[in-house]
Amino acid sequence: MSQPPRTLEIHSSPHIASGASVDVIMRNVVWALLPVAAFAVYSFGLAALFTLAVAVLSCVATEQVLCRLAAAPSTVRDWSVTITGLLYGLTLPPALPLWMVACGGIIGVAMGKCLFGGLGYNAFNPALVGRAFLQAAFPAAMTSWTPAFADGRFSSLPASTFTFPFAAPEYDVISGATPLALMKFEQQLTASGELLLGLTNGSAGETCAALILAGGVYLAARRMLNWRIPVAILGTVALLAWGFNLADPLHYPPAGFMLLSGGLMLGAVFMATDMVASPITHAGCVVYGVLIGVLVTVIRLWGGMPEGVMYAILLANAVSPHIDGLIQPRVFGTAGGK
Amino acid sequence: MFSLRRQHPSFAHGIHPPEAKDDTKDLPIKQFPFAPVMIVPLQQHIGKPALAVVREGQEVERGQLIAAPDGFVSVAMHAPASGVIQRIGLAPAINGKMGPAIYIKPFAGSSQEVAEGTPCDLDAASADEILLAIQGAGIVGLGGAAFPTHVKLKVPEDRTIDTLVINGVECEPYLTTDHRVMVEQPQDIFTGIRYLLKVTGAPRAIIGVEANKAEVAAALRDAVPADLPVSVAVVAVKYPQGAEKMLIRALLGREVPSGGLPSDVDVVTVNVATTAEIGRLLPHGRGIQERVITIGGPAIRKKGNYRIPIGTPLRFALEYAGMEENLSRVFLGGPMMGQALPSLDIPITKGTSGFTAFTTAQTSAPGEYPCIHCAYCVDACPLFLNPSQLGLLAKSGQYERMADEFHLLDCFECGSCSYVCPAHIPLVQRFRAAKTVVRKRRAAAS
Ligand code: SF4
Ligand code: SF4
Repeated sequence: MSQPPRTLEIHSSPHIASGASVDVIMRNVVWALLPVAAFAVYSFGLAALFTLAVAVLSCVATEQVLCRLAAAPSTVRDWSVTITGLLYGLTLPPALPLWMVACGGIIGVAMGKCLFGGLGYNAFNPALVGRAFLQAAFPAAMTSWTPAFADGRFSSLPASTFTFPFAAPEYDVISGATPLALMKFEQQLTASGELLLGLTNGSAGETCAALILAGGVYLAARRMLNWRIPVAILGTVALLAWGFNLADPLHYPPAGFMLLSGGLMLGAVFMATDMVASPITHAGCVVYGVLIGVLVTVIRLWGGMPEGVMYAILLANAVSPHIDGLIQPRVFGTAGGK
Repeated sequence: MFSLRRQHPSFAHGIHPPEAKDDTKDLPIKQFPFAPVMIVPLQQHIGKPALAVVREGQEVERGQLIAAPDGFVSVAMHAPASGVIQRIGLAPAINGKMGPAIYIKPFAGSSQEVAEGTPCDLDAASADEILLAIQGAGIVGLGGAAFPTHVKLKVPEDRTIDTLVINGVECEPYLTTDHRVMVEQPQDIFTGIRYLLKVTGAPRAIIGVEANKAEVAAALRDAVPADLPVSVAVVAVKYPQGAEKMLIRALLGREVPSGGLPSDVDVVTVNVATTAEIGRLLPHGRGIQERVITIGGPAIRKKGNYRIPIGTPLRFALEYAGMEENLSRVFLGGPMMGQALPSLDIPITKGTSGFTAFTTAQTSAPGEYPCIHCAYCVDACPLFLNPSQLGLLAKSGQYERMADEFHLLDCFECGSCSYVCPAHIPLVQRFRAAKTVVRKRRAAAS
């Protein structure tokens, strides 16, 4: 007979766990984003590679430094800031001057995440906060697009990439207007097939809808993303676009174009689904998704800007706690049950 | 999630922890030896402690009444062994406090014959007489709740019970006591049901069994006596299917109201082992002085199902069952709801459905992250609470809001939310603490 040990652990039940872990979830989101990032590098070359690298590094470094300053343990290893960096990089024009990329990354993580108290407390998606800052501070640079699949994209960088801080960036070619800008300002439509495969101009990671969707399906299947959000957003946009296009095909683009162009896919699948900044109930997520869908459509069709996904998501992030305040699960054995 | 698992009825939400029953489910119940000294606490149930009716130095027979119920919400205690009352004094209890207990030293050479009492004749006894007999037999919910069974069976005047639900689900991982009782004591179960039907006035009974014990359910179904209105229903394997509210939902589609009792939806539920004890003891006028438990978990050498005398000190039980060197945690019951033990000096009581021991390999404590709002807990909670919100409120000490706005007091600490939480937040622990505070404040206020 063996002797029982002298000390026993006292631990509250339950004594077993599913094994799910925040860092595993976050790492999987990174995996799901990698093909999108790879395609960005493939279509925009070194410019996109540098943009993404600086975006990720600036975000990660900011969180590391701020944790240090706060004398708190580093949270970099939960991978959430890597997602922020990647997502942020993917929303930028590939030839954006790198110092601007770094600025936005620092602002996004510092103001959008750490200021709120870090992971779990951020009211907004930090990647979008960084991008919104750039949009406000450097509107011209943020709408200067380089063409995709340019010759020599793997051997040389656009001149604008290494612009000195606060000098006006120089662009080699400014002919890379995005499909949404073409639609808005020149009433010119891009074929949906090209959009799906990412054969168009745009932000680094916004162009290939198929890869974005594949990443989303992977995460949804592993329950690391609430599929109701992208489905609600895309469904709403499709429905509204279809209706307007039916009523006035001259002024309003068809649904397929609306769905596949600009940052909608990336936003709907990867950014609106930021768990922290979206509602907790399934019903709340649907409401939140519909709200984003309506906002995107309204901004795109009637707003002054060609793209509205970023503002739509940020606005919905702000509303999300109120959706939670209104929509709570129906407690077992209370009204509404049988 | 709406998956293919829908072939058997169930409830919404819940989780699928590893069942971990294979080690013990096929092992027949064995008699456990007597410890050198037994400690029988006077309060092994929810309610008032029993009153000792023996004195120090007195000789008692196994099964003899040693403490009588004190009031309605209280039950009798019986001697777990023939022996001598060593002393009546304080003994450590699971909650960390000391409570009154009777220490009995069994006689070494005794045959340990169980004393007979006045039988409770099923046909002659009235419903109230059966209730008294159940109280006198010291019967409490053996599933773990330890709530006096006769109190539970006392149906409010204004209700008519249409279904008696016998709970044979046993959804806690590792535990196989109900499983074994259903295999080995079907006749006791049926006799118990006869008493219970008479007490509650229910016209029928349903025995609910989880699909992982389908062959047990089939055998039971075949054995049901022709004159007994009993059906056996197989429910889906899902935790916490064995919770009263979840089982009633699965079997009958009814939702017990928040803060209410099964009788509010015309149901009474009794655990299957409790039912078997009623059927085994009442015809002989005996009382509970032993119970079936599962001793399991990776840190136990002789895993098994045992009929163990109430009052056996845990240390003795563990030493008999044999422990691995790296044993690090022991808890009463199973790993989902089992309470970790601060010490091994406490005795097995009527509410102990088993104990499980883990080694250091099972008990690593991963670091805690902030809540990331993933909603896994919301999707797991069988009562549709919002554990994420409750957790945040608990952190900031807003206990009243938890109770008033987010149904804290409905939480029955099933552990599903903690189990799935990727941020490893000890949600249940926080809810338990919050409930204690709220209950104390409310008691003080009223
Ligand atoms: S412990 Fe309470 S809150 Fe958590 S899942 Fe169970 S009932 Fe819900
Ligand atoms: S499971 Fe944990 S991390 Fe996820 S919402 Fe619930 S409490 Fe928060």
